[in-house]
Amino acid sequence: MFKYSFQWRPVLQALPEMLWGAVVTMQIALIAMAIGIVVGVAIALGRRSANGIVRSLSTGWVEIARNTPALLQIYMVYFGLGTLGVRVDSFYALLAGIAFNNAGYLAETFRGGFAGVPETQFRASRSLGMSAFQTMGYIILPQMFRLVFHAMTNQMVWSILMTSLGVVVGLTTDLTGVVQQLNVRTFRTFEYFLVAACLYFLIAKVVTVAARILAWRLFRY
Amino acid sequence: MIEVSDVRKSFGKLEVLKGINLTVKKGEVLSMIGGSGSGKSTMLMCINGLEPIQSGRIVVDGIDVHAKSTDLNHLRKRIGIVFQQWNAFPHLTVLENVMLAPRKVLKKNRQEAEQIAVRHLKHVGLGEKLKVFPSRLSGGQQQRMAIARALAMSPDYMLFDEVTSALDPQLVGEVLDTMRMLSKEGMTMIVVTHEMRFAREVSDRVAYFHQGKIHEIGSPEQIFGSPNQPETANFLKSVHGA
Repeated sequence: MFKYSFQWRPVLQALPEMLWGAVVTMQIALIAMAIGIVVGVAIALGRRSANGIVRSLSTGWVEIARNTPALLQIYMVYFGLGTLGVRVDSFYALLAGIAFNNAGYLAETFRGGFAGVPETQFRASRSLGMSAFQTMGYIILPQMFRLVFHAMTNQMVWSILMTSLGVVVGLTTDLTGVVQQLNVRTFRTFEYFLVAACLYFLIAKVVTVAARILAWRLFRY
Repeated sequence: MIEVSDVRKSFGKLEVLKGINLTVKKGEVLSMIGGSGSGKSTMLMCINGLEPIQSGRIVVDGIDVHAKSTDLNHLRKRIGIVFQQWNAFPHLTVLENVMLAPRKVLKKNRQEAEQIAVRHLKHVGLGEKLKVFPSRLSGGQQQRMAIARALAMSPDYMLFDEVTSALDPQLVGEVLDTMRMLSKEGMTMIVVTHEMRFAREVSDRVAYFHQGKIHEIGSPEQIFGSPNQPETANFLKSVHGA
């Protein structure tokens, strides 16, 4: 009944290839996270805008990002734009999909964070002659980021894991893509995916620990 | 000189300032006293444009605070304000709290800004606390830091909004001493306060706010010694009784 015999040697031989895949995975996750943070802050502020159109657009983004599967969001970028005649490389489609998702989730997190910084901080800063922009940059954002730092770490991990969805738009260079290619060549499915899962786990752990150290360095108060 | 003429201000339907007229000359210390909700704190917020007004004019050294064309950030360099809740920036050290605005608003370089900050922090007795985060300071120390932070902008005017009201009783003295020192140095100050002894001792004039108006204004001797209005007398009696 149990005919499958494990073969680890080819997996080990393919390890360098897989590690390169992991690098691509990190690349996508980090860029998507950076975009997500910037756009997320903009959306969070947009939801408090006096302009009704800005408000609805921001709310719409958050609603779609949080209430539809990430898989479909990536499909939309790749096939949706493809239907409109815009050819998107699978790398960028995945990147855009994850960034879209990140921005939506982070916007909601940031909204809570902004609410946690007392209004009086804004007043105190403006009363010193600092502009609204300076106040945001030097007073509000640093405090907001501290409040939401752990939620951001979660989103970063989620962002890394989401990159595995790249396989549905034909991405072959990230960790899952590389493994998928190896699998097609060798049919050592279980071994490859087990090692890949371990690699994902390791990356996620390293990111979490790094974030904790960063937080400890950054937030000394 | 700060000139306030017929200023009216409402929060929604509630009119909190019902036609205020007031002039504060250079070097003068004016105390504003009165019950809570009488409009005295709101008046301060209007003077440096933190709150808009519905009508009237506030002119500081010839600049109309609430005119559309007025650069409020520019004006606020010259009007320092200290709040009841001291509002330390918790993510910055004491030194950084005081250095920030001189660097970003006055465009001083790091070295200059640090010199200014250290000088003012020493002045308010916090020379030993430069590298400490505000959370490690007592309320009185945080409030003195807030005073140093405002002073670091070299303002021509200082506004104090009930700066001792949120402090533990034993910490009130050190903050009042700091303000006393400033008044001796000739700083023009408008002080909203419940500390009647302090108001009497430090002020050149005292204004009693009642129901959104200046009900009575005069020298401390007159206001505290022989108030003309029965409401003023009643208020002072109730405060002394407390």
